[in-house]
Amino acid sequence: MSAPETSMRRVTAINNGTVIDHVPAGKALLVLKMLGLDGEMATPVSMVMNVPSKKMGGKDIIKVEDRELTQHELDRLALIAPNASVAIIRAYTVAEKRVINLGDEVVNVVYCTFANCASLGDREPLPHRMKVVSVEPLNLRCHYCGRPQDISELVENLL
Amino acid sequence: MSSLITMDDLSDEDIQEVLDAAERLLPVAKGDIHLPLLQGRILGNLFFEPSTRTRMSFETAMKRLGGEVVNLGAVASSSVVKGETLYDTIRMVDGYADIIALRHPRQGAAQYAADAAEVPIANGGDGAGHHPTQTMLDLFTIRQAHGRLDGLRVVMAGDLRYGRTVHSLAHALVRFNCELVFASPEGLKMPTEIVEDLEVHGAIILESDDLQNHIDDADVLYMTRIQKERFPDEDEYRKVAGSFSLSADNLTNVKEGMIVMHPLPRVDEISPDVDKTRHARYFEQAFNGVVTRMALLCRMLGVEVPAKIGGGA
Repeated sequence: MSAPETSMRRVTAINNGTVIDHVPAGKALLVLKMLGLDGEMATPVSMVMNVPSKKMGGKDIIKVEDRELTQHELDRLALIAPNASVAIIRAYTVAEKRVINLGDEVVNVVYCTFANCASLGDREPLPHRMKVVSVEPLNLRCHYCGRPQDISELVENLL
Repeated sequence: MSSLITMDDLSDEDIQEVLDAAERLLPVAKGDIHLPLLQGRILGNLFFEPSTRTRMSFETAMKRLGGEVVNLGAVASSSVVKGETLYDTIRMVDGYADIIALRHPRQGAAQYAADAAEVPIANGGDGAGHHPTQTMLDLFTIRQAHGRLDGLRVVMAGDLRYGRTVHSLAHALVRFNCELVFASPEGLKMPTEIVEDLEVHGAIILESDDLQNHIDDADVLYMTRIQKERFPDEDEYRKVAGSFSLSADNLTNVKEGMIVMHPLPRVDEISPDVDKTRHARYFEQAFNGVVTRMALLCRMLGVEVPAKIGGGA
């Protein structure tokens, strides 16, 4: 059995739900937090961490049962796992593959990490906007204050 | 153009065009010629932070061109203290004025306002961010003295860390292939991300903690104020401030056409005896705030400045 097949079978196949593969090694817990799947939830979630990967050296895999992640949720995922592959599973088969794509701008996913940014004022209604300067490495700048964003801080600023 | 938030909103060509228009408007700025190009237009002055030169020169610029000005007045007596959002304040003034000049303590406020408003926003300084109209008057002053912007050696001295003026100006000068010398005390150096950004754009930069050694080769010496509150104690401040101050004695061997600039207000960094030298340009620089803002107001409101003004045309 090849290494990737071994990795996939560390957790059981799911009937319906979402499989997120090629998450950077060690980032699965962060992904769960980002997707709001780290607290109490009705659906089972299983994951494997630091499994060998030909493409990435090491990777994490997450399986979320009975839930199909929306594009908005996937946009959030792009912040820490821009190269993840996402498959929607229905009746044990891949029904759909979703693409992670940050695009040119990330809107209302995170708020700016710079404490004095104008967009952070109480009750200010305009959307939180981040310009995508580059994907690899991930480089985002706030649309308003122009400050480069510290990605490790940014995941604490999820909306 | 619509709003002016950062210098990126102006191409190199735009910059030269605005400076050319400003030059033509000089007699109007001085009050020698009456030219009501902006008659019937209203400027909304929204200064959420103290300002003397920027606020007054915007007001003078508008009035010299026949326009009117409405002021937010003191923040303490406005709806802001009642908790009004910046968005609501801007939307309200948007209905009162044809253009808004904004200064705000928060970085990014000008872009935020531009997204909220229908009318153009002129950024008069947003936190530690940008101050493009100051940059334009600085460029005007430099071009006026040297006849060009290209290839000059510009020394910026003092507090380069917190001064938005020098950040914006450095970015603009790099576009004109100027050599930049950043002379500052260790704790007040130009922020690394700005230096890196400038270098990516091909800038030739020399950083130094000494000012005196760089004065003689300079075409422009841009002084800034070192603020006492940046230092842990008064002695430390005095020591540092003293080595980044300028007196007429320091100017004995400088280039003939070298100019000394300062965004003002100054405290001790330029001795009054410099004022009388041919190098001092800071008061002209302050006046130039009027003429460049006149040219910018016209441009932002889509009003063309005539190719010839006065002179019996």
